[in-house]
Amino acid sequence: MALLQIAEPGQSTLPHQHKLAVGIDLGTTNSLVACVQSGLPTILKDMDENKLIPSIVYYGKNEIKVGQEALHYLSTDAKNTIVSVKRFMGHALSDIQYRESLPYDFNGASTDIQIKTSQGYKHPIEISSDILKKLKDTAEVSLCGEIIGAVITVPAYFDDAQRQATKDAAKLAGLNVLRLINEPTAAAVAYGLDQKKEGTFVIYDLGGGTFDVSILKLHKGIFEVLATNGHPHLGGDDFDQAIAEMIRQDNQLDQLSHEDKRSLITHAKTLKEKLTKSSSAKTIINFSNGKEIIFSLDQDTFLKATHDLVHKTIQPIRRALSDAKLSIDTIDGVVMVGGATRMPHIQSEIKTFFKKDLLNDLNPDEVVALGAARQAYTLAGNKSDQDLLLLDVTPLSLGIETMGGLVEKIIHRNSTIPIAKTQEFTTFKDGQTAMSIHVLQGERERVSDCRSLANFTLTGIPPMVAGAAKIRVTFQIDADGLLSVSASELSTNKETTMTIKPSYGLSEEQITSMLKKSFEKASEDKEIRALVEAKIEGEQIITAVQNALDKNGSQLLSKDEIKKIESAMLLLSSSLQLDDPDLINSHIKNLNTLTELFAAMLMDESVDKALKGQSIDKVNL
Amino acid sequence: MTISLTPKAAERVEKYLKHRGKGLGLRLGIKTTGCSGMAYTLEFVDNTLPEDQIFESHGIKIMVDPKSLIYIDGTELDFAKEGVNEGFKFNNPNVKAECGCGESFTV
Repeated sequence: MALLQIAEPGQSTLPHQHKLAVGIDLGTTNSLVACVQSGLPTILKDMDENKLIPSIVYYGKNEIKVGQEALHYLSTDAKNTIVSVKRFMGHALSDIQYRESLPYDFNGASTDIQIKTSQGYKHPIEISSDILKKLKDTAEVSLCGEIIGAVITVPAYFDDAQRQATKDAAKLAGLNVLRLINEPTAAAVAYGLDQKKEGTFVIYDLGGGTFDVSILKLHKGIFEVLATNGHPHLGGDDFDQAIAEMIRQDNQLDQLSHEDKRSLITHAKTLKEKLTKSSSAKTIINFSNGKEIIFSLDQDTFLKATHDLVHKTIQPIRRALSDAKLSIDTIDGVVMVGGATRMPHIQSEIKTFFKKDLLNDLNPDEVVALGAARQAYTLAGNKSDQDLLLLDVTPLSLGIETMGGLVEKIIHRNSTIPIAKTQEFTTFKDGQTAMSIHVLQGERERVSDCRSLANFTLTGIPPMVAGAAKIRVTFQIDADGLLSVSASELSTNKETTMTIKPSYGLSEEQITSMLKKSFEKASEDKEIRALVEAKIEGEQIITAVQNALDKNGSQLLSKDEIKKIESAMLLLSSSLQLDDPDLINSHIKNLNTLTELFAAMLMDESVDKALKGQSIDKVNL
Repeated sequence: MTISLTPKAAERVEKYLKHRGKGLGLRLGIKTTGCSGMAYTLEFVDNTLPEDQIFESHGIKIMVDPKSLIYIDGTELDFAKEGVNEGFKFNNPNVKAECGCGESFTV
């Protein structure tokens, strides 16, 4: 029975009129699609009642088969049957290290990954989109309706290129991506951890072929990934292998056919699954040569044989904890994800390690998809705004150009969006009436090293002395990543606004390489910044002092004093030609000390002027 | 003819009405749509209609139009929590069949 909420008068929604939005767990080995139905997230089944859809695509001459249907082509037509395409997403061909051991023909002439199939070269994005299409069809058949959008999960360690590739695959499949969220975050959402106020959680995800551990920090409804670690080739499959190896050695099975090897693995898997519920299990294996083997395995033997595998997952947890600078007792909860975490000895090992009860009552195969479905339901507008979770972050910092070609960052990289940030700037010259706003993206300090996004001018600033005008610049990024920049002068409230699409036109490689450079050049950039700032300050001071001397110097100062100041100015201006910020700063300091008295006199003088001839009630003190 | 609230439901409705700042009570009704024929509606009431039947349960006024009443007479509205979700539940003695999701029903 559905749980109903009270609606405003006349605004009851019709049943099944919720906007259909699904959550998709696009996994390396298996994928799932889920949807919130009657307030409860549910995994959707395909027409054969399968929940798990193998992430396998077969490209035949005239057909494409995905999932269960593609499975049996693995042994008959491996070249055209693509598995684990997720490992290729967002990578260049040269990134794939174990290329030789894969059964695919890659296009060696391309830097992109392209796999030759009987339907021509296929890009990982295309292959992934075929899996997504299958998931979309499954959902639409199951829900009898069109899907308005999907939340797709990605590993927390996915970089921007891999995320973009996933987004592109969805676009190609005709899916509107409401948001990409991190797999561990989805798992946490499935357990309702987002309903808590604060907390630090560990997500232990042991899937079929990959192991990931993530540490999440929940703060005001936003999950921040503090650290991730793991093992790219460790999962439930390795436990099957270990059992198969045991059977092979016990029975001295040496030369096995491809088919027998496969059957051995299947039986090993069955044994493993049986052992999650009972202390011993037995299986009968019939080989193609007519030989029959009865093999029984007890929990203890299994435990001993796979202890090393379980232990292999502990090291990454330790590393993640140390990266996040956390100790075990600061962890508020441990979520178990992935089918392999059903194994009792994994549960007990992790429980002992964290000295804590585990969150494991949801189906570990489904928990990521269920969390994504909850998120999708909210994002599609079926729930009130206050339940909305905000999980996206900006990939690169955004800022504006300031004097001397430097970039002042306003929104920093990895800020969660939507976000609005404001900073005040001022004029540089006396009587300046316009200000050019140059919007930049990137991590470097100099304008020439960042990417220019837009340029506009704020006009109508009332003429004032340099530094007196207050110009407020606001950067705002909405939930779709659209940036708008506005600048207003505070005394006149004159405002100019501009909307910019930051992520467009920047390729993933550009983003990655920009990030890399900013790390490499960080110290160089810092020096450049110090030098440029010193030069600007020096120039400003010279102009100011010169102006003051020209106006009031002869009235207020003795010739000797003027001479001293002028020589200090000369020293400073010649030091500006050299690239030594320390030298410049020392001359600035020198000139400042010399002119301190002069500045005080000037102040008195201008106060005098301002007060002369004014009646007392007009003067606001 | 009765329509009632469980104490838990009444407590919730009172809280929601207070939070909303206005409202005379709660309207229960049905709409003839949905995959099994009819669907429940649950709304706040700002204006009563002349034909409304008004019930009171645990201090909460419940308005029902006569047409809906035929289908929901005897209903007790409950408030339930299921996992992380919470909401109102119609315990309707007239229901013969519900659609899979329970959002609509036939009598």
